[in-house]
Amino acid sequence: MEYNDMELMICLASRYLEDNSIVVVGTGAPCAAAMLSQKVYSPRLMIMFEAGGIGPLLPSMPISVGDSRTFYRALVAGSMPEVMETCQRGLVDYTFLGGAQIDQFGNINSTMVGTDHKNPKVRFPGSGGANDLASFCWKTMMITPQDPKRFTEKIDFITTPGYLTGPGAREEAGLPPDSGPYKVITNLCVIGFDDDTKRMQVESIHPGIEKEKIIENTGFELLWADDLSVSDPPSDEELRCLREEVDPYRYIIGRS
Amino acid sequence: MDNFYKFNKERNVTYSPTGFGKIYTDPDADKAREYFRDQKPRKMVEKTTSVDQAVKDLINDGDYIGIGGFGANRTPVAVLHEVVRQKKKSLGLAGHTATHDFQILVAGNCVDRCDAAYIVGLEARGLSKIARKAVESGAIDITEWTNAALTWRYKAAAMGVSFLPVRCMLGTDTEKYSASVEMECPFTGAKYLAVPALYPDVGIIHVHRADVYGNCQIDGIMIADQDLARASRRLIITTERLVPNEVIRRDPSSTVIPYFLVDAVIEVPYGGYPGNVAYEYFSDEAHLRDWLQAERDPDTFAEFLERHIYGVKDFNGYLETIGGLKRLQELSIQENLIEK
Repeated sequence: MEYNDMELMICLASRYLEDNSIVVVGTGAPCAAAMLSQKVYSPRLMIMFEAGGIGPLLPSMPISVGDSRTFYRALVAGSMPEVMETCQRGLVDYTFLGGAQIDQFGNINSTMVGTDHKNPKVRFPGSGGANDLASFCWKTMMITPQDPKRFTEKIDFITTPGYLTGPGAREEAGLPPDSGPYKVITNLCVIGFDDDTKRMQVESIHPGIEKEKIIENTGFELLWADDLSVSDPPSDEELRCLREEVDPYRYIIGRS
Repeated sequence: MDNFYKFNKERNVTYSPTGFGKIYTDPDADKAREYFRDQKPRKMVEKTTSVDQAVKDLINDGDYIGIGGFGANRTPVAVLHEVVRQKKKSLGLAGHTATHDFQILVAGNCVDRCDAAYIVGLEARGLSKIARKAVESGAIDITEWTNAALTWRYKAAAMGVSFLPVRCMLGTDTEKYSASVEMECPFTGAKYLAVPALYPDVGIIHVHRADVYGNCQIDGIMIADQDLARASRRLIITTERLVPNEVIRRDPSSTVIPYFLVDAVIEVPYGGYPGNVAYEYFSDEAHLRDWLQAERDPDTFAEFLERHIYGVKDFNGYLETIGGLKRLQELSIQENLIEK
């Protein structure tokens, strides 16, 4: 089946969420990936939302991480401290984030463009819960389109910690050990992080994409995995489920 | 930085803040205890009033406010409109999950400082042009935080302590532009970030049910309202419906805010519109889109505000402008997933 970039990213992301694990998601593509994963791969994946929804039977895509869909027929209609404390305690395996800029260590900017915090060129919403989730959850993933403005050598503001300045930096800063960025899923490739340098390393390239195109769309030097592969394209079953059950009104997948 | 040191100088404490951000509220737990001892009513008396009276009596220019709910979910919109109508000025704001609430207050030029975890956006709906402009121009002074940090700042205040150690924000620019302090755990030596208790002058929360004394029940998620209610020096409650005290007593496990925290209670049906109130009505996405659209042109937006806020007497007047009961019924059907 034919598919667009957004469908590709959501399908690939859904495969990384293991059964019987816990994920905190926001709205949009991350939520779609978690819902798809529940339906195709990991039926016992526990989905949480930062505003307090725990284990909902999501009837449709939420518009807000605090709207009533996020705790529809849920196990718990909890609170933000409850969810954040569960993350800080070390019980949450995955989270998904977005952002305006990302650097080679997976640090994310969702606060501002410019150099003067008092008069930013462009102001974005800020951390929301992103900094918290990336600090506490074991594995942080991103779903994002890839271009040189977004994937940049130096981001204007580190809203959310990746590996900060490299190996050992998170621990030195006081962040919980063994946590950090895990995968970045883009419209061009799947990127992991090199164990020794904590820098972004391309693991698989999407079908039909040239290596050169990935280099052109990245503002820093990428590492390449020794066993670099071609990403498995979305299966018919993934696409059918995504289109018919997860996002029938194409709120998310229709945009790309 | 001035404010941060103001509180410290008063009590001769030298901190070395790791953040550049200002601290807008005094975290002193003893001052708060004194306030709660002297100013909080212990007597279970009727506290019902009107929205305009509550805003007149309890919100002063310059106050620091905390808003319940989550941006456009169970947000006390009726009170926020009245704050705009009464042209309250120089308010401080806890920008905790602030979306449509921030947009309303910016439209009225009510805010000049903000503890920001999430501002200027409406989640998946897009960014607010006027809110962005207000922050980009420097008209609103910003100290950076995160959702968890602000939640725990409320929690510290609710616990009656002046700070809590947390493990977020460390190592980032969010920490650098906050007003937090790095510290070491006296037991393990682990590094933590101390975040100061946040005691708002006024908390404003919309609930599902309350009695005339202010005992409140909320259905669905709490977000941070159980702590905001306890942290606030003054607390204004709007409720979908007033219920007899016996309704509260029949189900005490659902009571999240007891009367002794509350200063004013107002029955405002649909008081969270155009936001979502769980089990009652879904958010009016068309109207929220109209807001964002209207903001793009100053004249259009002035007309928009005139039609929906300045030109109406009260919140019921606003509800008439958006289609009245007919529209609200549609949102109720949508919320409850009723197939027609």
